[in-house]
Amino acid sequence: MNPMRRTFLKGTGAAGTVAVAIAAGLLKPSGVLAAEWPKASFESKNVADALKGVGASGPVESKDILIKAPDIAENGAVVPVEVTSKVAGTESIIILVEKNNNPMVASFNLSNGAEGYVSTRIKMAQTSGVRVAVKAGGKTYTAAKEVKVTIGGCGG
Amino acid sequence: MAEPMKIRATMAGDTADIKCLMNHIMETGQRKDAKTGQVIPAHFIQTVTATLNGKTVLDAAWGIAISKNPFLGFRVKGAKAGDKVVISWEDNKGDKNTAEAAIA
Repeated sequence: MNPMRRTFLKGTGAAGTVAVAIAAGLLKPSGVLAAEWPKASFESKNVADALKGVGASGPVESKDILIKAPDIAENGAVVPVEVTSKVAGTESIIILVEKNNNPMVASFNLSNGAEGYVSTRIKMAQTSGVRVAVKAGGKTYTAAKEVKVTIGGCGG
Repeated sequence: MAEPMKIRATMAGDTADIKCLMNHIMETGQRKDAKTGQVIPAHFIQTVTATLNGKTVLDAAWGIAISKNPFLGFRVKGAKAGDKVVISWEDNKGDKNTAEAAIA
C-alpha cells in the first residue's frame, strides 16, 4: 500500500510541474503587457496624491460621469461599481475609495474603440465616497457617490 | 497556480459587451492569520490587458481593493460577432493567466 501511495504522490508532483511550465511558456500573453504598475499611486494615503501618481491632477467636478453603486452595501468586501463616462474622448477611468487605507482602487486605460464604461467589484473598509476620475484630452474630470458599508471588507 | 477564467462577449447593437470573471484570492496584505497572528502577504492582480483582434482595447492597473475573484466588464464600439477577445492578467507574484473568446 505504501509504495503505491509514493508513486501516486510522485505522479501528481510531476503533473504539477508540467502545468507550471505550460503557464510560464505557452500561455504567455503575446502582446505587450500593460504599462508599468503605478506603485506610488497605489501606496498613497489620499485621493489627491493617488491621482497625481497616474497623471490626473487638478480634477474638475463633472456631471457626465455616472457611477452606479449600491446606496448601502451590506458586504464591504464585494461592492459592485459601474462607471459610465459621457465625457467625449475618455482615455482612462480611475476608481478610488476615499476612506480606504489606500484610496486608489484601479485605473483603466481605454483605447481602440473601447467605450467610457467599466464595471467591476471593489472592497470598501467603511462608509465612504466612491470617487471616479476620468482623463480626457489632457484634462481630468471627477465625480463621487456615497456608499454606506455595514461590514467592512478590509482588514479583520 | 492560475485557475481558469471565464469570458462572455455578446453584441448589443454595434457595441460588444464583454464580461470576464477571474479566479484570484486578491489578498490585501492587511489581514492577519487568526491562528498565528502573522500578516498574510499580499497577493493580488496588478495588471490586466484586453485585446480585440490583437489590438489593445483596455489595459488596467489594479490594487488590493479589487474584490476576490474579480469581475471586469467593458464595452467596445465597432466590434463584430466572431471577433477574438483575449484577456490576460499578471499578479504581484508573477503569476499570469490568459483566456480568449469569440464575440457571440
